[in-house]
Amino acid sequence: MLKRDFIKLAMAAVFGLTGAVAVTADAVAQDKQVKAAWVYVGPVSDHGYSYQHDLGRKAVEQAFGDKVKTTFVENVPEGADAERVIQQLAQAGNDIIFTTSFGFMNPTLKVAKNFPNVKFEHATGYKRADNVATYSARFYEGRHVIGLIGGKMTKSNIIGYIGSYPIPEVVSGINAFTLAAQKVNPNVQVKVVWVNTWYDPGKEAAAAKALMDQGADIIVQHTDSPAPIQAAQERGLYAFGQSSDMTRFGEKAHLTAIVDDWNPYYIERVKAVMDGTWKSIDTWGGFKEGMVVLPPYNPAIPKDVVAMAEEARQGIIAGKVHAFTGPIKDQSGKVVIPEGKTATDEEILGMNYFVQGVQGQVPK
Amino acid sequence: MSFDIAIATAFVVAIVTAATPLLFAALGELVTEKSGVLNLGVEGMMLVGAVAGFAATVASGNYLLGILAAAAAGALMALLFAVLTLHLLANQVATGLALTLFGIGLSALIGRSYVGMPLERLPQLAIPGLSDIPFLGPVLFGHDLLVYLGLALVPGIAWFLNRTRPGLVLRAVGENHDAAHAIGYPVRRIRYLATVFGGALCGLGGAYLSLAYTPMWAEAMTSGRGWIALALVVFATWKPWWVLAGAYLFGGMTIGQLHGQGMGLPVPPEVMNMLPYLATILVLVLISRDATRIRLNAPACIGKVFHPDA
Repeated sequence: MLKRDFIKLAMAAVFGLTGAVAVTADAVAQDKQVKAAWVYVGPVSDHGYSYQHDLGRKAVEQAFGDKVKTTFVENVPEGADAERVIQQLAQAGNDIIFTTSFGFMNPTLKVAKNFPNVKFEHATGYKRADNVATYSARFYEGRHVIGLIGGKMTKSNIIGYIGSYPIPEVVSGINAFTLAAQKVNPNVQVKVVWVNTWYDPGKEAAAAKALMDQGADIIVQHTDSPAPIQAAQERGLYAFGQSSDMTRFGEKAHLTAIVDDWNPYYIERVKAVMDGTWKSIDTWGGFKEGMVVLPPYNPAIPKDVVAMAEEARQGIIAGKVHAFTGPIKDQSGKVVIPEGKTATDEEILGMNYFVQGVQGQVPK
Repeated sequence: MSFDIAIATAFVVAIVTAATPLLFAALGELVTEKSGVLNLGVEGMMLVGAVAGFAATVASGNYLLGILAAAAAGALMALLFAVLTLHLLANQVATGLALTLFGIGLSALIGRSYVGMPLERLPQLAIPGLSDIPFLGPVLFGHDLLVYLGLALVPGIAWFLNRTRPGLVLRAVGENHDAAHAIGYPVRRIRYLATVFGGALCGLGGAYLSLAYTPMWAEAMTSGRGWIALALVVFATWKPWWVLAGAYLFGGMTIGQLHGQGMGLPVPPEVMNMLPYLATILVLVLISRDATRIRLNAPACIGKVFHPDA
């Protein structure tokens, strides 16, 4: 054969052999080490939602040392870009991939179809597959407790709520908060402003200021930056943090926060992959499982209010208190949860209406 | 709904603060574009200015140093752009976009250790007595240094461009760089200066966000304001007073829609969130109906590469 053909053939053979050796070596190495990856919707430095997930990842690294190799991708927008990122992680040989935002739901499922041997875990979603599990925290339990505090602490009886996107998780949070606040203060009104973003400090601050200008003296947020706490601190008003302890952004303003603790869950699931016992399940843990925690209460909160909040929290852990106990009416006055009943998990996951006392709309 | 003067005051004050970063960035970009350079890197320059201003203020405890650092940082980014496009003759659009991406990444990198650091807001210049007048007091007299600087830049830049010789030369370079070169004006040097000046103002716009609007550093905290500023320059048909109107319109609609939601207006929230952008697009469409007007006001040589010896 011609010399150039021979050279081409030789090169192909060399590359082929090298590739085969590399793949085998890799496969052998993979038996020993689990590769886990995380996809975050925001920056780890948001000191909020994505930050808490990353704490979980670090906990996994600490728990398993060399037996696990973790990577993460932050600032991944929900949508087509997410699919590309998840696909890349799957192709890179990760054994388990955690996609941590609601909007990653469909991209995760799409990629999961093409990688049946890779395990996927989607946070705050509701679609599963054989290799896709879902997990979330019962944030609404936390909202119930802070609602009790908010109802007692407000003087103007107007509480401002900064909503991100009108998904059931956010809506149920608003409802849980309002119901609890009304339990201790029937005159309270919760005003909702939608900012259509999980993380935008400028817009969140503007929304907080607008709500405070409208008379709100407590700000609650379901967005991830500490900007609303800062805005409340500037005006000498109160606020509840989101996803992590935001005290240092407003020491006087920060009453408490709803902190997500993903550490135990992540360690458990990575261990399941290591042991080969991983199954697609749905996990929805709250105070009881330690997935929702409240950081230390602001000393400005009166002791009897703290006692009431703690009693509620313990009640939820014991199963005696439920955030959605009937009768619950929606904004039009219709009874959606009758007296004596509590909302089922499905009803909470599909909540698309506001309860009475909420000023705002749920876009359909 | 009864007219509450306190809410009205707070509303107008909020509009002023929301419009200021846009005003700085758009004015800077206006000067750059008037000289014929299209710098799309506004978002990147704003972010680098924001992180530099924040870092310098935290490190020195002095807000003025922070403001200067922000201007310098924005100017340096613009200088990089200028070298690439005016000396190395790279495509301005592509380089500007690259500058944006570079600025986003660089600011995130520099800002890593500054995330989560609280900072006191840039102090407001309260004039005792005047600031207490109901409504007019806080609206006119209760703002910080950067707000007043931004407002002063509008007549300043308008006067410079339209009433001074150097301004005329700058506009000439933007209209017909070959003719300007033939007359003997240093086209490249003028464009360098205009670009660097524009970058400095963009840096100040970013600094306003990180020092006054939300006194903290957060990745990508400009959230697209740089792009809005670019649109505003066209919206204003390259006239400084119209830039002021555009910035206040956009800022006004942003704050207005939040207040509207807070008041319980029966408009779907998604529509409310779209309003600022819709308003800007609407005005752009209205202006562009008259193609001649755009043609007359746009610097004729914008974005074109200048070959000194061609």
